[in-house]
Amino acid sequence: MKRLWRLFPALPALMLSGCTVDLLQPDGPIGEGNRDMMVLEFAIMMCVVVPTCIATLFFAWKYRASNTKAEYRPNWSHSNAVEVFIWGMPIAIIAVLSGFNYWSTHYYDPYRSLPKDMLVREHAENTKPLTIEVVAIDWKWLFIYPEQGIATINELDVPTKTPLNLHITSDSVMTSFFIPQLGSQIYSMAGMETQLHLLARNPGVLRGEAAQYSGPGFSDMKFKTIALPQEQFQSWVENVRNGSSQFASHEPLNLQTYPKYAKPPVVRESVAPTPSPVIYFGEAQSDLFQHIIAKYNNGMVRSINNGKIMRMDMHAASNGAASSSDTGM
Amino acid sequence: MLGKLTLSSIPYDVPILVGTFIGVAVIGIAVLAAITYFRKWGYLWREWLTTVDHKKLGVMYIVLAIVMLLRGFADAFMMRTQLALSYAGNPGYLPPHHYDQVFSAHGTIMIFFMAMAFMTGLFNFVIPLQIGARDVAFPFLNSVSFYMTLVGAVLINVSLFIGEFSNVGWLGYPPISELQFNPGVGVDYYIWAVQISGVGTLLTGVNFFTTIVKMRAPGMKWMQMPVFTWTSFYAIVMILLTFPVLTVTIALLSLDRYLGMHFFTNDGGGSVMLYLNLIWSWGHPEVYILILPAFGVFSEIAATFSGKPLFGYKTMVYASGVITLLGCLVWVHHFFTMGAGADVNTFFGIMTMFIAVPTGVKIFNWLFTMYKGRVRFEGPMNWIVGFMITFSIGGMTGVMMAMPAADWVLHNSLFLVAHFHNVIIGGVFFGYIAGMNYWFPKVFGYKLRDSWGKWAFRCWFVGFYLSFIPLYIVGLEGMTRRLNHYDNPNWHPWLLVACVGVFVLAVGVACQVGQLICAIIDAVHQKRDALDATGDNWGSGRTLEWSIPSPVPHYNFARLPTVRGLDTFHIEKELGRPTPVESLKPIHMPKYSVLGPVIGVFTFLFGFAMVWHIWWMAIIGLLGVFAAMVIRSADLDIDFYVPVEEVRADEEAFAKRISAAQAAE
Repeated sequence: MKRLWRLFPALPALMLSGCTVDLLQPDGPIGEGNRDMMVLEFAIMMCVVVPTCIATLFFAWKYRASNTKAEYRPNWSHSNAVEVFIWGMPIAIIAVLSGFNYWSTHYYDPYRSLPKDMLVREHAENTKPLTIEVVAIDWKWLFIYPEQGIATINELDVPTKTPLNLHITSDSVMTSFFIPQLGSQIYSMAGMETQLHLLARNPGVLRGEAAQYSGPGFSDMKFKTIALPQEQFQSWVENVRNGSSQFASHEPLNLQTYPKYAKPPVVRESVAPTPSPVIYFGEAQSDLFQHIIAKYNNGMVRSINNGKIMRMDMHAASNGAASSSDTGM
Repeated sequence: MLGKLTLSSIPYDVPILVGTFIGVAVIGIAVLAAITYFRKWGYLWREWLTTVDHKKLGVMYIVLAIVMLLRGFADAFMMRTQLALSYAGNPGYLPPHHYDQVFSAHGTIMIFFMAMAFMTGLFNFVIPLQIGARDVAFPFLNSVSFYMTLVGAVLINVSLFIGEFSNVGWLGYPPISELQFNPGVGVDYYIWAVQISGVGTLLTGVNFFTTIVKMRAPGMKWMQMPVFTWTSFYAIVMILLTFPVLTVTIALLSLDRYLGMHFFTNDGGGSVMLYLNLIWSWGHPEVYILILPAFGVFSEIAATFSGKPLFGYKTMVYASGVITLLGCLVWVHHFFTMGAGADVNTFFGIMTMFIAVPTGVKIFNWLFTMYKGRVRFEGPMNWIVGFMITFSIGGMTGVMMAMPAADWVLHNSLFLVAHFHNVIIGGVFFGYIAGMNYWFPKVFGYKLRDSWGKWAFRCWFVGFYLSFIPLYIVGLEGMTRRLNHYDNPNWHPWLLVACVGVFVLAVGVACQVGQLICAIIDAVHQKRDALDATGDNWGSGRTLEWSIPSPVPHYNFARLPTVRGLDTFHIEKELGRPTPVESLKPIHMPKYSVLGPVIGVFTFLFGFAMVWHIWWMAIIGLLGVFAAMVIRSADLDIDFYVPVEEVRADEEAFAKRISAAQAAE
């Protein structure tokens, strides 16, 4: 038992060994940026916090009442030198941090396409970005790949070393789209589109989650993010298209079938709602995302082509959906 | 007839709630029986419930805060034990339906009914004594404010046994708090509990603003006000600026829920972003409202127990002013992840970082107050050393999250939860408890036992780190807040450590309860060495409240003091007390009033009826409040004079006690 106690100080290290600390071991340049800012701030702030804590304990010990040898100046309460120091030093530190703040907020802005120099560093400057439309539903995630014409639920497959342009909305309450190891999260809100730009560097499976409480099914509103090398991603897309996967849905995703998948699970008071399974759709209506946003805005949506507000033509869309469902069967 | 209220609204099939109800009922009946047995009903009614005396109201506020602390802590205990269990397929013992109410109630109770009530209690007791006033500007209003806060607290606790409480967090973010997603009464309980107590807080703000501006003792200039009064004054200014915003925001949410409007709904032109901006432009100043008075408490205590004046009084006043100003300019840092432009995020990020400057200055001020002093580690002083270390760490993590690029991954994580508990427990809670230990002898005339207080501090200090350092770590491992269960093996060991921490904290809470029970025992036995004979219990008090007897006579000051500078009482001790030139005069005081509790009862009827849509009862409640206000306005018999003989007898007894104490030394 005594020997075990000797290990006690090393306990935190033991508990961390073999684990991934997601935010400190990111898998992409955005996550690295988040981490670098965090670590930088921590390092700079520690330069003040540690001496302050030591000084607190030291002064408390040195000037304890029983230590009559220590100097006692019962009326000393002002010193210009000390005042200059205690105002000047924090201002200097915060001024430096503010510089980093300005730079990093602009450089890593989630709305900004990944900066050129970052892409060069990631050897992705000539790769065409992949657009993914994300819809938060109670309590699952829908991912639409408009360029590929496919969609998935609760699994996000992405090619590595490729800029990811994510457009995010919600078809229910507000929540937040977050893949800790890729970095920055952004809210999903109904009737609105938010944007996020990420990049996965290495192949692997990453955890994705809803980061804003959204109701009883919130704890299971998770998704797997699978980063695949370019070629493997292409063959995955083919697999989804031809419906050969075990997760394949037998029907396409369009305005007619969507409500069935968007319906929240039954909520009972005594248990958590059942988590949603992974589903692949070999065919997805290309403007479904715009329809989901337009639903909350009297049929209006901002065009992705020219940024102008336009009306989603419900009638035409439902016709198109009907025809595509014919071919899908 | 009873609106939405039916028998099935009572959760008699949930074992935990039934158990809690039985527990509460047994304790309640025991208390009522004890009051009846000792024939204290008349005393309680005449001396306490109908009082307009700021000191008694202060005590009642703090009693309410402590009871609510126990409730809020029970919620915290359930959350930590749930998360220690609910790993890898084990659902734990709280399904989301209950768990979500538990974390919502925990936040709402701890902020509105623990911290705010505690703070208002300290305002009530301390401010008039520190500025040499005999009461607050509007004593009856003060009683009404208390009952508003009490009604809010009662509503929130009633929701435990009748219906349900909100399940959407302590700020009730829409659209999930809208009728579409939340048709039950939980959010309505939240709305009316917050709304009613918010009115109480706003009235308190008006009252104390007027008191500090108009009722300072003759000669007390602004820059001679004690620091606690100063920081409280800033907090009160913020209350006046921001609580109306809260009232309006919650009112808009209730219009959505009650009248089908669309301020914050998904459709119909509603905007959740509007709610987030509104609620946080109250919510962020709110945390500075809570922390500034705590800074004041630390300043008083640091000076008293170091045997020195506070280092940099002026700096402290200006720094508090800067915090007040900046505190109103940082609210967007609560949602850097909402998609605002980079310039907006940068502005609010840098503003947030700059709050660290005046706050850091304050830490150094307390540090240099100890420097070259004679620091005595009696009860209150322990909390301040613990505070300075804990708060420095909490401040550091706060600055980390002020950088949007870092916040985009830390937002909504348990890192954030750990951060704000770090500053609220380490700052606000430590401060208020230190304040309670510090002023307790002034309130009741006898001390709290130091040994219990020290053990409480040790448990809180150690328990805090055990509970919250693991949360920082799982936050870095990507764990978000408000999860009910999880299957990540990396998180589990840390959540077990946090669970051990909450047990240590429970021992700390038990020590505090024990300390209060011992104080009652000491009082009943009239224990000699617990008595505060001189009124200057710590021997080194510097401000006016230590110049008068403990417990304080109901008129506070026999003669209004004349202020001769900062730390008047200290100056008087150094230079000798001036012999009073003017003779005692009858003292004009307000009469107690039954209308405070009457308004409270009708307000409760109104709130409860609104929750359950019992419209006739809501109308009765409103009419009752209105009638009470009319009666009060027409009542001219609201004051009386304290006869000179009574004051003189008190003064002579006090003089005797002081000379006896001096002879004993």
